[in-house]
Amino acid sequence: MSTAHAEHEHHGAPSGLLRWVFTTNHKDIGTLYLWFAFAMLLVGGSFAMVIRLELLQPGMQWVDPNFFNSMTTMHGLIMVFGAIMPAFVGLANWLVPMMIGAPDMALPRMNNWSFWILPFAGTMLLSTMFMEGGGPNFGWTFYAPLSTTYAPASTDFFIFAVHMLGFSSIMGSINIIATIMNMRAPGMTLMKMPLFVWTWLITAFLLIAVMPVLAGAVTMMLTDRNFGTSFFDAAGGGDPVLFQHVFWFFGHPEVYIMILPAFGIVSQIIPTFARKRLFGYSSMVYATASIAFLSFIVWAHHMFTVGMPVAGELFFLYATVLIAVPTGVKVFNWVATMWQGSMTFELPMKWALAFVILFTIGGFSGLMLGIAPVDFQYHDTYFVVAHFHYVLVTGALFSIIAAVYYWLPKWTGHMYSESLGNWHFWTSIVFVNITFFPQHFLGLAGMPRRIPDYNAAFADFNFMSSIGAFGFGLAQLLFLALVIKCIKGGEKATDQVWEGAEGLEWEIPSPAPYHTFAEAPEVK
Amino acid sequence: MSVRKLKQAVIALFSSVLVMTSSHAWAAEISSLNLRKGVTEVSRNAYDLHMIVLWICVVIGVVVFGAMIYSMFAHRKSKGAVAASFHESHKVEVLWTVIPFIILIALAIPATKNLLLIEDASNPDMTIKVTSYQWKWQYEYMDGDAEGVKFFSSLDKASNDARAMNSGIDVTKVAHYLNNVDNELVIPTGKKVRFLITSNDVIHSWWVPDFGFKKDAIPGYINEAWTLVEDAGTYRGKCAELCGKDHGFMPIVVVAKEEGDYKKWAAAKKAEADAAAAAASSDKTWSKAELMAKGAAVYGTSCAACHQANGEGTGPFPPLKGSALATGPAAGHIDIVVNGSKTNPLMAAYGAQLNDLDLAAVITYERNSWGNDAGIVQPKDVKAAR
Repeated sequence: MSTAHAEHEHHGAPSGLLRWVFTTNHKDIGTLYLWFAFAMLLVGGSFAMVIRLELLQPGMQWVDPNFFNSMTTMHGLIMVFGAIMPAFVGLANWLVPMMIGAPDMALPRMNNWSFWILPFAGTMLLSTMFMEGGGPNFGWTFYAPLSTTYAPASTDFFIFAVHMLGFSSIMGSINIIATIMNMRAPGMTLMKMPLFVWTWLITAFLLIAVMPVLAGAVTMMLTDRNFGTSFFDAAGGGDPVLFQHVFWFFGHPEVYIMILPAFGIVSQIIPTFARKRLFGYSSMVYATASIAFLSFIVWAHHMFTVGMPVAGELFFLYATVLIAVPTGVKVFNWVATMWQGSMTFELPMKWALAFVILFTIGGFSGLMLGIAPVDFQYHDTYFVVAHFHYVLVTGALFSIIAAVYYWLPKWTGHMYSESLGNWHFWTSIVFVNITFFPQHFLGLAGMPRRIPDYNAAFADFNFMSSIGAFGFGLAQLLFLALVIKCIKGGEKATDQVWEGAEGLEWEIPSPAPYHTFAEAPEVK
Repeated sequence: MSVRKLKQAVIALFSSVLVMTSSHAWAAEISSLNLRKGVTEVSRNAYDLHMIVLWICVVIGVVVFGAMIYSMFAHRKSKGAVAASFHESHKVEVLWTVIPFIILIALAIPATKNLLLIEDASNPDMTIKVTSYQWKWQYEYMDGDAEGVKFFSSLDKASNDARAMNSGIDVTKVAHYLNNVDNELVIPTGKKVRFLITSNDVIHSWWVPDFGFKKDAIPGYINEAWTLVEDAGTYRGKCAELCGKDHGFMPIVVVAKEEGDYKKWAAAKKAEADAAAAAASSDKTWSKAELMAKGAAVYGTSCAACHQANGEGTGPFPPLKGSALATGPAAGHIDIVVNGSKTNPLMAAYGAQLNDLDLAAVITYERNSWGNDAGIVQPKDVKAAR
């Protein structure tokens, strides 16, 4: 009996498909999240390909305008809720326990459930496209009354899918907070935590604060659509602008939810490859917290054109540009970390540096958009599209890719293929800029977003952008090949993997054993 | 190695941008690379502010990326660089918190000034009410020479034909493709024109880039905006807020005319409106040919976007060709067109948008096209049904 007990304590990974269904292991669940996110990246990416195909040339060639609107809507929803957010949660699952010296997440069974809600929510969301009347076609921001009175019948399924995604996020966040607060190894004080852990702790609080607000917004939509309420219907005494306030009170913190963990990842990678401690650790923590706080008081900069009182517009203008200060601090700190380091440029570092430069470009256009009297020109044009793709693709997504390259040897025990990785990096970096940089010009020239057709004057830049998008999309298949190849085999990774890597996750064997830190390590 | 490659990639990217922009003769109505200056004080201010912020960003970018790229060259292990050990400095941390803060204050001052100017719609010389519909604009002159003039403005026929799926029309040959309307909004130059902007259905946004602002049209709200155009000319814009299927196909065209020309236009437009009203309210019995001809035009601007030119409908929009409604008793058909659908909000009430004659004509057209053969409807039938 005692041997059976001991085996139970130290068992390896069970085999078979049910391992993945019933798993409560943080590494397994992290893997599930990451694969789910990658699958959704390909689905959402294929929608982007449809959009760019229709926009390749002026004139309507491939899809009707209603389906085009469905594509922009589903692309946004799938990328935000299906790809970026689950990928970050997957990274948190894999890394937070290993970084703080915990054996697993604090709430492993809930962890299983948080993940397994996702495939069902995602499937329900995608199924709307096959329903009568078509899928959601009102943009990922689903402004009322286009999303209520005027929306297709499938919208109710969209609402339920958003509810489920919200449950998943909230449970995931509770788990992350509980883990970080309760399960740190002795000596791992808050101000000794790796920055990735810090940024996720703050992100988890943001999620808990705003996901219920999103749930409230869609619930009000649901009752407006089906139970005779008029929250957002002016004809019934409601207010369509209220929807936007509620949505963006969720939506603005949401964009930081998608970028704060990215800051954490980059703050792990740059010191490793500069072989120098992160510059200004405590100011990084405070800057992250400041950005999180500010994210709650800037939401209406998405709505400068709705006709707010001028005092309100001024407040949101000032609060918005203020975000540039803590964000600037972060960028300066990364550069100062590199300064007088001893740098090498392995793939994680390449992606992290691309992140710093390209995310900052997205930050610059964000500053421009924050200036209300000029935003009246930029608002709802391709300039905005360029802006948020620089922060979300070359920002959030690039950081996730950097993280995968950085920790993949720890996860699989193998080094990835350097040449395949270089191909992936250089094709991505060229095509992503060909895709999104010209969109700045399109926006400034006056092309609105979310339109399926345009005047020939916009043709050249749209053509360029579409070619870039096809290239960038295909380049991600190289990434898939690289990851599969690395799982199957490759040069054996050392425990430390990278010469300059520091932290608890680099002190355990590669690949990381199924159970780590059964006994808490001592942190000096 | 990697830096050289990065440099090459960047050079390739920028040179391709330059080649594309320099080798192309751009249509005059669209600036190619930058925000346009526009034709009002507001738009020029926006342009100036845009350039200031852009240059600040460029300078900061050059400094930060310059330091970073220098470091990537100079502080690399392959060159024997040994990592320094510093990892904090309160002095520089304070410096790079305070300097951006000061820059932001310097930016906020002109931004505030411009915003106050844009939002001051007081003391206008005249007022125009702008109401958005899926997917057209209605303009109503509230005062001045054109007081009472009220009309719809939708995508012009040439663009509308060309934008049909695989229409076979070369859209690059269509003049002002997607930037032209059937009825332009006309305003006088040198006058402060106030717009009262609202919507009949979903949220739209009224935007003429040359005027330097956009303002949402929201059901239940009346938003204010204003412009003062100094030079006569034609200015084109678009709906900027996603408003459903044909969001990309509801342009805005504003023609600014000198005072004298504007007065002439106003008089002509009023006379035209009076004649149309007289015709619509007369008890005249119209011939089928007259109704069909008029109905075809009304169908093209008000119905074809959803029910399609061939009457077969699309997606959530039902067909009229051979439908029970369009071939059954006229009363039901008149009711749904005049009062809208009670079950499907996508079908608006056209009684508020069209006069009796137009309604009778379009209903007649629907009942006698695409193989339908269900008799004609006279304006007096519509009047009786209202």
